[in-house]
Amino acid sequence: MRPFDYVTPKTQQQAVSLLSTNWGQTEVLAGGTDLLSLMKDDVLAPKRLVNIKQLPNLRGVTYGRQGLRIGALTLLAEAADDANVRKNYPVLAEAVDEAASPQIRNMATLGGNLCQRPRCWYFRNGFGLLPKDETGKDLVDQGDNRYHAILGNDGPAKFVSPSTIVPMLIAYGATITITGPKGNRELPLEKFFVIPKNEGEREHDLRANEIVTVISVPPAEGLKAAHYEVRQKAAFDWPLAVAAVALKMNGSNVSSARVVMGQVAPVPWPSPEAEAALVGKSVTENAARAAGQAALKNARSLSHNAYKIQLARVAVKRAILKAAGGAA
Amino acid sequence: MSDDPKQAEERAGVSRREFLKISGIGVTVPLVVGPEVVLAAGEEVPVYGPGKVPIELTVNGKQYKLQVEPRVTLLDALRDDLDITGAKRVCDRAECGACTVLMDDKPIYACALLAIEAQGKPITTVESLMQGGNLHPIQQAFVEQDASQCGFCTPGFVVACKAFLDQHPHPSPEDIRRGLSGNLCRCGTYKGIREVLAQAAQKGA
Amino acid sequence: MPDYKWPEADQRTLIGKRITRVDSPFKVSGRAKYTYDTKRPDMLFGKMVRSPYAHCKVVSIDTSAAEKMPGVKAVHIVQGAGSEIFWAGDEIVAVAAVDEPTAENAARTVQVRYEKLPHLVSDAEPPGNLPEGGPLGEREIRDMYFTQQVPAAEVVAQIQKNGIDFKPNEELLTQAKQVGMPDAVVDAIRNAKIIPPGEGSYYERAAAQTQGDPDKAFSEAEVTSEGLYGVPVITHCCLESHGSIAEWPDNDHLFVHISTQNVSGIPGQMAEPLKMPATNIRVHQDHIGGGFGSKFSPDRWGIVTAEISKKAGGKPVRIMLERDTELEVAGARPSAYGRVKLGAKKDGTLTAWQSQSWGTAGPGGGGMPPLPYVFKVPNQRKEHIAIRNNIGPARAWRAPNHPQACVITVCALDDMAAKLNLDPLEFFLKNLAITGPRGDNYREEFGIAADLMAWKQKWHPRPAKVSGVVQGVGLSLHTWGGRGHKSDCDLTIYPDGSVDIKLGSQDLGTGTRTAILVVAADTLGIPMDAINLQIGDTLYPPSGGSGGSTTIGGVSSSTRRAAVDARDALFAKVAPVLDAQPADLESANGTLRVKGNAGRSLSWKEACAKLGAMPLTIRGKNPDPTKPPDLTNSGVGGVQMAEVEVDTETGIVRVKKMVAVQDCGLIIDLKTAESQCYGAMIMGISYSLYEEKIMDQTTGRMLNADMQFYRLAGLNDIPELVVHMMTGKGYDERGVIGLGEPPVISPGAAISNAVANAIGVRVPFLPLTPGRVLNALEQKAGA
Repeated sequence: MRPFDYVTPKTQQQAVSLLSTNWGQTEVLAGGTDLLSLMKDDVLAPKRLVNIKQLPNLRGVTYGRQGLRIGALTLLAEAADDANVRKNYPVLAEAVDEAASPQIRNMATLGGNLCQRPRCWYFRNGFGLLPKDETGKDLVDQGDNRYHAILGNDGPAKFVSPSTIVPMLIAYGATITITGPKGNRELPLEKFFVIPKNEGEREHDLRANEIVTVISVPPAEGLKAAHYEVRQKAAFDWPLAVAAVALKMNGSNVSSARVVMGQVAPVPWPSPEAEAALVGKSVTENAARAAGQAALKNARSLSHNAYKIQLARVAVKRAILKAAGGAA
Repeated sequence: MSDDPKQAEERAGVSRREFLKISGIGVTVPLVVGPEVVLAAGEEVPVYGPGKVPIELTVNGKQYKLQVEPRVTLLDALRDDLDITGAKRVCDRAECGACTVLMDDKPIYACALLAIEAQGKPITTVESLMQGGNLHPIQQAFVEQDASQCGFCTPGFVVACKAFLDQHPHPSPEDIRRGLSGNLCRCGTYKGIREVLAQAAQKGA
Repeated sequence: MPDYKWPEADQRTLIGKRITRVDSPFKVSGRAKYTYDTKRPDMLFGKMVRSPYAHCKVVSIDTSAAEKMPGVKAVHIVQGAGSEIFWAGDEIVAVAAVDEPTAENAARTVQVRYEKLPHLVSDAEPPGNLPEGGPLGEREIRDMYFTQQVPAAEVVAQIQKNGIDFKPNEELLTQAKQVGMPDAVVDAIRNAKIIPPGEGSYYERAAAQTQGDPDKAFSEAEVTSEGLYGVPVITHCCLESHGSIAEWPDNDHLFVHISTQNVSGIPGQMAEPLKMPATNIRVHQDHIGGGFGSKFSPDRWGIVTAEISKKAGGKPVRIMLERDTELEVAGARPSAYGRVKLGAKKDGTLTAWQSQSWGTAGPGGGGMPPLPYVFKVPNQRKEHIAIRNNIGPARAWRAPNHPQACVITVCALDDMAAKLNLDPLEFFLKNLAITGPRGDNYREEFGIAADLMAWKQKWHPRPAKVSGVVQGVGLSLHTWGGRGHKSDCDLTIYPDGSVDIKLGSQDLGTGTRTAILVVAADTLGIPMDAINLQIGDTLYPPSGGSGGSTTIGGVSSSTRRAAVDARDALFAKVAPVLDAQPADLESANGTLRVKGNAGRSLSWKEACAKLGAMPLTIRGKNPDPTKPPDLTNSGVGGVQMAEVEVDTETGIVRVKKMVAVQDCGLIIDLKTAESQCYGAMIMGISYSLYEEKIMDQTTGRMLNADMQFYRLAGLNDIPELVVHMMTGKGYDERGVIGLGEPPVISPGAAISNAVANAIGVRVPFLPLTPGRVLNALEQKAGA
């Protein structure tokens, strides 16, 4: 790790003004479980860390008519154990509880989970987020891309969006609040994630001097939801595919659906195709399988990751069946 | 070669003046004592580092004063500065659990936390589990079940198991899957560790 | 002549029982100090600048900024301008500074210019049109004769035909003779054509052998079966990385704390590069955080640590590898892949073997695994191509070459059984006659394993079609040598009754300390905790490196001889006091007494007082032909069975149960012996399902040099494990034989076979990842 200045602001305004307007100069330190690794690997070398853990009102969960408000500094363990989350969004609690390991859940914040950087091994080994060789050829295309994207991979970005919680949040219709020098802005969580086109751009719609402050989730009453991860190991393993599903039912038929995949594209990947395939149908094995097929209709494998298309199909299918079989 | 850290910092090309030029934020206000400060949103905020700064840690109930750079992790501060070496440095990337300690009684990875951030929070390491020369019952169970071989993952596992069993005195397999996933062993002592958990579950820890 | 032989079962008080490991209390409480935990006074911290390229030349190095940096105490160029580098992560420059952050800063300022050279980091199947032959390497010849047991005449013919790629100086030839190379082979080497290895020649024909008449056997075979099998390069991933702390108490003496499997063997390896006598080098280690075969040498970084310490005025310098470096350069198990064809009679009798295999051990290429494994198929043709590439050097990994040979052979046999519509258990039992002297042991072990696994209930023919979640079972078998290494042990009895034992050995976590104490305490008739055992220092008598399952046989034998001699010497002193002959005395429960007469006794303490003023020190040795019998032996067998569950939609494999049945002669501590088997099965599950060193062909770097994508099995990936150790008659009297390697050999084949049984098709290569399983299912569906 390179040396840096360390500041601990007491207010959001202070925090924002301590951040540089340019990436590369400063980083926000919250849980630190990802940031410190990136700095040890010299992938990030900020000259200042702005520790936001002391900021007031950003840690904890409240629940009301508007739904759920999760402060960005809420630890994953706190979110997973929160009585309101468990009662009203049990599948979110499950997704959070499945993330990483107990130690990480005791350190990492939900805001940090949204902002964590891709696990692409070319990125982590210092070859860049859009890695190229000296001749400008794409390193991922010609290299080992077994864990890379099968959707949204027609540009230079081939990494996969890492969060295993975000697909579920998006399926629940979550929004996030971002605080910057000009105050707050709110946007649907799925809009927070962008596919970078040039090296130096990030995969988040976040400026260098902004921080994520709140995650809001609308009421989920009447939703049938589920989360499914295909993982090689039983626990503490990056999944190969994730699917999150939230269904509104009209009798035995689906009236509306949200299907969001993770680990398949540089951004969390909502699938209007799968949603369309479900609406108006009752949830059967065949309907779920068809939705899985539809979700991956536009998938394009790289040289080593064709199997992920099958895994994502299965994840979608199983999440749908699990949702239909279970409570919200 | 001199030992002056100030000079080191200047030569490493990360002097504060240069940094502030780049970032274009705030003006340093030199103080008579203590850290430098920057003005942020009209208020003074102290800036620590990049050189060594004085910090205080509470480890196993004891207060320690030490001087570390902000970039030093809690793990390295424990091991290299305080010579408390039960927590091991293995992956140094929050992946293996060998550095597990308790902070506020909860298991964390000491490699993924800056020492400067751990100030004011009670840290408990494996060294504190023995009481009056006797092993903690979980440690005793590790011994009886032969749940250590080379032993390098063992302190982290012991701390993680203790925290887990405090929370789950009668753990289900599902509790174990989610609650004890954060530690890895290379020799293959998991069979013994499972017996430790089964034994504890029976006794209700 | 004193009676050194191991006590009979009814005479053993500790030997063979379940004894709790003596160093566990230190390990579970964080009190056990490893090299990485050791802090020496005024210790400096070292960092390395490492090559970012898999193959390059160092053009220039500028260390001036580092040298001027405050807090930096020494800068040392390891491989200077002009050096050719053969793998990424190799050492270029070392720095030592007052603390780790400063050392890191200093390393970052070092400017190195490289000229990139072409690299190969793949171990894919070599092209089919390789030129025949090619010069033989020194190790190849050694492997051919000693490991593959090619007859001397054929070795000579190969040398004459292909030439050699090294200069055979007289020293080397003498050495070869000393280790038992026949004169004819040595002469052939002396007179061979020397052909320098071709520039950029990655492929080397490491073996090409024929036995019997394979062509005839295949033409007469009633059934043939062909398949492709293999295991990739995996790493050791020792949790304590490699490294050491070196310091110079004075200009001529070096003191090294090092994480090593080879305490007594380290000074001899450091002496030459440091140009100093080995006797001036002291090595110390209390505990080691894993070795698995990768920690026998001081390594270049260990030499560098000593050199930079000297540059820094002799102050202690610690250099421990970072995790990424540990995975990238500090140990890899060679890969091996093979295309195998088998011939058999309809009744299941194996008649013919043919294999084209290949693999890499990094820059050295490597040799052929012992194919076919265990089964001496009467007619064989086999050839092996070694790939010399730039992935970093391979090292011995628990049971070198056996897990690879086991997968390639046992999976091929399992496929033949499927082709014959035979239960593989029946098929393997039928062919045990060609396994050599262990055949009957295997038969007994298979019987026990089958009961423990409920094999008859669980095995089914391979299904033609699969869907959903399916189950299967698979089996395997293995062998290993494991004769005890050279070991000297000093046992001292003091007149106050205290006892100490000193050996320059090491405890890798296998339970060596415990085993030494079990033997000594059982022999002396005193409690284990009455003995002060000291190991891990070159101040103590030399004991061999802990590799090849040789430690238990070595240290138990030397300790037994020392303890018997010491006990008998004590008997001689106290016999007159008890008015008996020394031969009539026995020692048990802390008492020396006349056999069969508990009334005529002395407490241990009273007896030791009779020694007089001076303590009694006895050295026990292994081997020691002057003190028969031989207490250690060679050659074990073991079988394993695995039950798996495969999700055919995702290709995810979970092991549901594993059974190991293992013999290893006389067991010293049953508890730690069982733990070796449990640990080996767990490590086996890990390499069967998850582990693979993944290299990037373009950049030449290892992509998963971390612990999230270099996956190790976790607590929750481990199923019910059952271990049965063969003990008692037929086993105990063989003597003590090592156990570290054997049980880690079979899991790959057993699990792969279980998956084939479950899904009805072979997944050719380990690890059995979802991608590979789905691919095999797809090919089966398309077939």
